[in-house]
Amino acid sequence: MEELDVEPAITNIPAASDGKHLGFAWGPGDILAYETLYMAPGAKGSGCSFIHEVRKDEDIYSPILRKLFNESHHIFVGLQTIREDLPSKNKKTQFVSISKNYRSVIRACMEELQQVAASVLVLQVSILLAIELIWNLCEVLFIDAAPAGPLLLHLLDWVRLHKGDVDEKAREVLQSESPAEHHDYWDVVVSYVLQGRFEEARQMLVKQATLQPAARNMYKLMDTLLSKMPFYNPGGTQTLTEFDVKWRHWHEEVDRCLQDNSFASNQHLEIICKILVGDEDTLLEHKELLSTWYHFLVTRLLFCHPTVKPTELHYYAQSCMTMFLDLRSVPEPLDSILLAAFEFDIHQVIKDCSIALNNWWFVAHLTDLLDHCKLLQSHNLHFGSNLREFLLLEYASGLFTHHSLWQLAVDYFDNCPEFGHVYLELQIERVPLDTERKALKVLRICEQRQMSEQVRSICKIMAMRALRNNRLGSALSWSIRAKDAAFATLISERFLQDYCARGTFSDLDLIDNLGPAMLLSDRLTFLVKYREFHKLYEENRFSEAAKLLLSLITAKIAPRSFWMTLLTDALPLLEQKECNVVVYLLLELGDMEKI
Amino acid sequence: MCRTDRVPTAGILWLALVVIMFVARSIAADHKDLIHDVSYDFHGRRMATCSSDQSVKVWDRSENGEWHCTASWKTHSGSVWRVTWAHPEFGQVLASCSFDRTAAVWEEIVGESNDKQRGLSHWIKRTTLVDSRTSVTDVKFAPKHMGLMLTTCSADGVVRIYEAPDVMNLSQWSLQHEISCKLSCSCISWNPSSSRAHPPMFAVGSDDSNVTYGGKVQIYEYNENTRKYAKAETLMTVTDAVHDIAFAPNLGRSFHVLAIATKDVRIFKLVPMRSDRKESTSTGPTKLEVQIVAQFDNHNSQVWRVSWNITSTLLASSGDDGCVRLWKANYMDNWKCTGILKGDGSPLTSSSGQPTAMSTIVGSSVQTSQNALNGMSAGR
Repeated sequence: MEELDVEPAITNIPAASDGKHLGFAWGPGDILAYETLYMAPGAKGSGCSFIHEVRKDEDIYSPILRKLFNESHHIFVGLQTIREDLPSKNKKTQFVSISKNYRSVIRACMEELQQVAASVLVLQVSILLAIELIWNLCEVLFIDAAPAGPLLLHLLDWVRLHKGDVDEKAREVLQSESPAEHHDYWDVVVSYVLQGRFEEARQMLVKQATLQPAARNMYKLMDTLLSKMPFYNPGGTQTLTEFDVKWRHWHEEVDRCLQDNSFASNQHLEIICKILVGDEDTLLEHKELLSTWYHFLVTRLLFCHPTVKPTELHYYAQSCMTMFLDLRSVPEPLDSILLAAFEFDIHQVIKDCSIALNNWWFVAHLTDLLDHCKLLQSHNLHFGSNLREFLLLEYASGLFTHHSLWQLAVDYFDNCPEFGHVYLELQIERVPLDTERKALKVLRICEQRQMSEQVRSICKIMAMRALRNNRLGSALSWSIRAKDAAFATLISERFLQDYCARGTFSDLDLIDNLGPAMLLSDRLTFLVKYREFHKLYEENRFSEAAKLLLSLITAKIAPRSFWMTLLTDALPLLEQKECNVVVYLLLELGDMEKI
Repeated sequence: MCRTDRVPTAGILWLALVVIMFVARSIAADHKDLIHDVSYDFHGRRMATCSSDQSVKVWDRSENGEWHCTASWKTHSGSVWRVTWAHPEFGQVLASCSFDRTAAVWEEIVGESNDKQRGLSHWIKRTTLVDSRTSVTDVKFAPKHMGLMLTTCSADGVVRIYEAPDVMNLSQWSLQHEISCKLSCSCISWNPSSSRAHPPMFAVGSDDSNVTYGGKVQIYEYNENTRKYAKAETLMTVTDAVHDIAFAPNLGRSFHVLAIATKDVRIFKLVPMRSDRKESTSTGPTKLEVQIVAQFDNHNSQVWRVSWNITSTLLASSGDDGCVRLWKANYMDNWKCTGILKGDGSPLTSSSGQPTAMSTIVGSSVQTSQNALNGMSAGR
């Protein structure tokens, strides 16, 4: 498969001069570049060097693109849930509807971008325009897969949608004092005819006819021709063959008018007649009005071959492109992409789009939709995945570096059965845990997917951070959540040390309500029980307190370092007449000392 | 479906729309000499820089994206070559290595509240590792599942692996392994895979310029039975000095990918040959089949650094031509250069943050598109 060979784009780094090296460091969503010199131990460098943050251009458009990403995410998730067992006719309708949804989201984004007047955005708007144009054609050819007959009608719609300047011009003409004398009048009429919009063409012509009563018959004839052109009705009872016959009759009639010189005295009507008969030269004389080779293609099909079959398209497409483009002008990537579409070479379309557009959003979503329509043959890629997954992974990975869009990426990874899980594991770890709330959000996602190692790691990071900032309670809850016994022990030690130093406990709420979590580590259990001892004592439940104290010793979970403290705690109990307990305590301790 | 001959596509006009990157921000680093390394922390919110001015600086990124220097201190008595962050599970920990033959470990101390208000933090030295007799050229932490382990390599050809058994006491490090590679070492890279199918593995590169000494990249693997690292492979086809080396993050693959910066950029695939680990006795390290995946000499001469992005979908390299190049593989595993960063010596203007390349190029397709767009909302 030959490839669009695209030269890599060069980004200039200011203040980094010739003869110096450029160091770099990968970051989330960017790359840092700085001037340096490698392996020159003696070399002296400049004092004040800069570190440059280099980003992808998409970042500028983020605020508006964000809506595109959010809404398309919604459509994407819905698409994944379409049941496999639906009859194919129902599925096709749904797929077409989803395709239209995607396109309306693109158009909405474009309109928003247009509101923001900035030269830089003009380029982004062009990209979206091209995307929508390509997507629309793919919808017509691949998803809707219209057969001969409806095919041309869909292509006409496609062209009309992407050549809206006609309406603007028409508005201007109609709003003028004398529309029929406006300098753009005939351009509008011809444009309507070229787009097969005969109703509107006829209405415009009426205005001219009223101005030229002498030529009334000619205008009447033209009006008749225009009104009689057959258009295939997909919902009707007429077969394609019947339509074809009718159309040929009409075509012959138009041709007769030409031969008869019926319009010879009116150059404009003569031109329209030639267009109706499908005269190539006349069509090509109106390149400016057609403006693109694919408009030329559809117009030519309309007037020469309205029953064109999908399989015949590429012959016409290739020849129209050749005829329309100058010998000098070089076809642009958009042209190759559209041509590949007319050739029904889906893989080439996707490939060329990935290269030319550098926009993963488009190829990822379109490919996913085409895959659902079962239109992609599965290629065995070198690492065992497929094209759809490759593109979705690329797109979603890009989302992950956004501070809020990363959550959308999760759903995409979920729907990549081969590598989605491992990609998610790798990237979700890097989401900065700026706040507890964010950390909990990330945790929930990991817990839902049984990503136990990531859960443990995130909790450990949070526990460590809390410990460094001396927030023992927070550190303890995080280590419990991490099921990190060693860390829990460490933190319990700190609590106990704190107690020894200050005589009080901190974070009582937490400790009192741990429940079974206290069993995570011996030290933690001791901490909880020891606090319980103090509570009992404060509530004057001395007998229970004493018993608890004793059990702490006998169960051997009291750390040795704490025995003195325990003894000191026990002394007041003597006053409470729990002498027995104290004696037992001393005996126990004595025994343990000997061991 | 027969295809007509494809018209050759230059695609030049549309390339304008393909401009990938721009300089969003420039930070005045304020080092008094050359910067040798810049390292992001795990979450990309902090970075560390080190320089020939013997200091390390730590920078924090605020919510609006601005970088502030929160610490700057002298770390060594010679040029500092590399600086690296430990995994945040171990707290805020940095390691640096220097021409002064030492490596050091630093920990951030949560300071007084007025320090915090002024946006400053303190880093204290936890340990100095003085075992090397020559310049320490690289320092890297091992993957976190191995615990808190630090690796250094030196011009004396020795790789040293240290461990801090008590994560809460960073002043205690013990030298666990001392591996003599026989050739002066310039770089190390750990295989980040934590899969049980792969025992711990690292690669060492040598910048020894004598081409008769054979392979300049050695791969070592840990053996559970001997409790030692043994050489698994030497890449004999790499005979020129190696300046940097980087294992790619493993995305569930059964093989390893290694990028090398030498007189060109090379990407190798290392495929473990032994499938049944259960049979492994102390017969030695896994046999690796070495395949070269790609080789690029666009830098024209020496390549100094290579590094993978997080998902291993992009490789960046820096070379003698003063450029940073970005390499990407398409889904057919064909590698291509997708972007270049080049110093242009132009003065830094205050209007950084605008995509400079974009305003200069406008394709003809844009004009047509603009016209079409004007009518877009009118249609349908």
